[in-house]
Amino acid sequence: MGAQAEIKILICQGTGGISAGARKVESEFRKVLDEKGIQAVVGKRCDVINTGCRGLCANDVLVDIVDPELGRVTYDFVQPEEVAQIIDEHIVKRSPIEKRKAKPYYNTFVDSQMRIVMSGCGQIDPESLQAYLEEDGFKAIEKCVKEMKPADVIDEVKKSGLRGRGGGGFPTGMKWSFCAASQGKQKYLICNADEGDPGAFMDRSVLEGDPYCIIEGMMIAAYAIGCTKGYVYVRAEYPLAIDRLQKALDVCYQKNYLGHNIQGWGFDFDLIIKKGAGAFVCGEETALMASIEGERGMPRPRPPFPAVKGLWAKPTNINNVETFANVRHIINKGADWYGSLGTDTTKGTKIFAVTGKVKHTGLVEVPAGMTVRSVIYDVCGGIANNRKFKAVQAGGPSGGCIPSEVLDTPVDYDSLIKAGAMMGSGGLVVMDETTCMVDVARFFLTFTRDESCGKCVPCRIGLKVMLDILERITEGRGQAGDIETLLEMGSTIKKASLCGLGQTAPNPILSTIRYFRHEYEAHINDKRCPSNCCKELLLWQVVEDKCVKCGACFKACPSDAIVWEKGQIAYLDKEKCTKCKSCYDACRFMAIE
Amino acid sequence: MSNAPAEALPTEEVDLSYANKVIDKYLTLPGNLMPVLQGIQDEYGFVPKPAIDLVAERLNVYPSQIYGVLTFYAQFHLKPRGRFIIRVCVGTACHVQGAERIVETFFEKLGIGHAETSPDLRYTFEKVACLGACGMAPLAMVNDDTFGKMTVQKVGEIITEYNQRPLK
Ligand SMILES: Cc1cc2nc3c(=O)[nH]c(=O)nc-3n(C[C@H](O)[C@H](O)[C@H](O)COP(=O)(O)O)c2cc1C
Ligand code: SF4
Ligand code: SF4
Ligand code: SF4
Ligand code: FES
Repeated sequence: MGAQAEIKILICQGTGGISAGARKVESEFRKVLDEKGIQAVVGKRCDVINTGCRGLCANDVLVDIVDPELGRVTYDFVQPEEVAQIIDEHIVKRSPIEKRKAKPYYNTFVDSQMRIVMSGCGQIDPESLQAYLEEDGFKAIEKCVKEMKPADVIDEVKKSGLRGRGGGGFPTGMKWSFCAASQGKQKYLICNADEGDPGAFMDRSVLEGDPYCIIEGMMIAAYAIGCTKGYVYVRAEYPLAIDRLQKALDVCYQKNYLGHNIQGWGFDFDLIIKKGAGAFVCGEETALMASIEGERGMPRPRPPFPAVKGLWAKPTNINNVETFANVRHIINKGADWYGSLGTDTTKGTKIFAVTGKVKHTGLVEVPAGMTVRSVIYDVCGGIANNRKFKAVQAGGPSGGCIPSEVLDTPVDYDSLIKAGAMMGSGGLVVMDETTCMVDVARFFLTFTRDESCGKCVPCRIGLKVMLDILERITEGRGQAGDIETLLEMGSTIKKASLCGLGQTAPNPILSTIRYFRHEYEAHINDKRCPSNCCKELLLWQVVEDKCVKCGACFKACPSDAIVWEKGQIAYLDKEKCTKCKSCYDACRFMAIE
Repeated sequence: MSNAPAEALPTEEVDLSYANKVIDKYLTLPGNLMPVLQGIQDEYGFVPKPAIDLVAERLNVYPSQIYGVLTFYAQFHLKPRGRFIIRVCVGTACHVQGAERIVETFFEKLGIGHAETSPDLRYTFEKVACLGACGMAPLAMVNDDTFGKMTVQKVGEIITEYNQRPLK
């Protein structure tokens, strides 16, 4: 019998998987396999492997059983109680349990993607160096140091067309060449894993699911730039990512994949983790460096650019997690291969975090240039609860809303900006007819106002004033001229702010006014919220001719404020109602307003 | 940014040996102020005033600079915190799925607001911007336990459950 496992049981243990109970499922698998002495029973080795997230956390716990003869079978929503049955029927009797298998949409979800950056996530044990080596791990850095000069590496990355995935989309090879050209013996390399953008979690998944690929990407960059010291700045809200990355770093030091004279290649590189402490603005590169230095994370004007004067006043290069994760594939498979993927101006793939009112929320990696429509409908199954699509918010607090008219926008840097949104870090929040666009704008502004570091006046005061106006509008106290004021202030703040936070903070407002001006007008002129979302403007009643008497509202109400009996139209008792909106969300027929 | 008020701090005795150990560990590391403060917070659950004085003295920085850092980052706390830290995510995905309602229900049932601690030190409540598990929105956490797909009803269930847990 070979040392290789013949049957692999892959259990999803990203943050999503673990919170759905993956650890219990894992220990149940181990226990039952042990009790049965499974190897003797089936004559095969049978390994339980904990993997990172495979992108569909909403269906966790996901378990794949990979058997050389039966192929790969995925079970979703696995509970510990079901483990014994799965082992018995699938592994012992060798007949997969048809009705427990993940439904066909799971395969659609997986097959309609192109996984390069996330190729290891959900497939390999993120804590095993061996598993990474089997996936050609550290082959790319070996190729770099043995066969390529630093300048060749930079050329290759330039040729590939890779652009930074942290939001701005700056060409990575070019950025590296600036830092490489800087004078100075000590240079620094930073991986930006702050991921402050609410609604995006791809960096976390890559760190949790394939930490070695980040390490290798950084090694390649360090070699190219001529730098020996690196930091990974991870937000502290990501304890599992920090833990897995730290383990990987420890192993790399033990096995001399980090440290002095790595693998005898004559190349040194040290890498440590710095934990963030909960400030969105620290994702901005100059603020991030101040934070590493132990200061308040406040942006400073550029120039001098980090490539010239960065961390500890030394030349510094900073890239996003996903950017680094692309690098080894470019070296292994070549710039031409990479350049053949995606569109003219955006090469390769992009990971999107698709959330909100969509059927299958999750992380999807698709070639750049796929349309937004295709991502939402083909990959993620369309809108949940049979509701109507209204808009998708792309790019987080810096981005904007894309309405249905422009759903065929391809996902690449330039097309998204033309549509009034932004790639940002790749959050796509899907909104249906129950989402109020004024409220969404108010939400993002609340966020950016809270997170503004306060250094510049337009950002500190301007955002506050805009927020006050939006709050007034959502409370039914909007005035004529409010929209014009918002537009004017928005463009001023964009021009006058020091860092990207202020420069982009008005985008959510500007884009919602651009496409949904009528919703603003309804709030201001008619004191009405067309999506029945803004509390103060809700009537709190059941529309009798829309009600189909299903009782969903009755079950959802925690305050017994809904009167309903089978076959009866529901009635809402305003006295008892606490305005929690549970009934509104539960009603699929828009019968409550 | 944290909006933790810098009001009267508790003055009870604090065993500073843990703080000293944390400082020893990072003493020679450049940029050690944050890791030191993070380490101290891990030990005590918040950053006690005597520890701030100690850090100022041993790292040779002004206390005002330390306060500057402590009040800038959302994760530092200057006051003792509850046994159970309830966090509700108010990130975009959770917002769209009705996080505000979950937050309000917690406020109502616990009688405390954002960044407040109940007088019996059982609960601290916090709104947080994205826990990175948007697929399960709306999301709440109590210490390290995650509760996905939250509803107003589940709020009641969670509180009932944690009310029964011992206060250590
Ligand atoms: C307010 C603000 C927040 C940011 N947050 C992040 C972040 O969380 N992660 C990230 O990689 N980049 C973030 N960026 C962009 C970074 O400043 C920087 O451009 C990026 O890390 C560079 O990496 P790239 O070239 O690989 O994209 C942010 C920028 C601003 C202005
Ligand atoms: S734009 Fe806002 S966040 Fe950026 S430096 Fe100015 S005040 Fe700070
Ligand atoms: S808003 Fe809440 S309390 Fe009021 S009727 Fe609906 S579910 Fe009941
Ligand atoms: S959920 Fe809607 S349709 Fe069903 S009974 Fe309630 S109001 Fe009527
Ligand atoms: S953790 Fe299982 S799919 Fe994300």
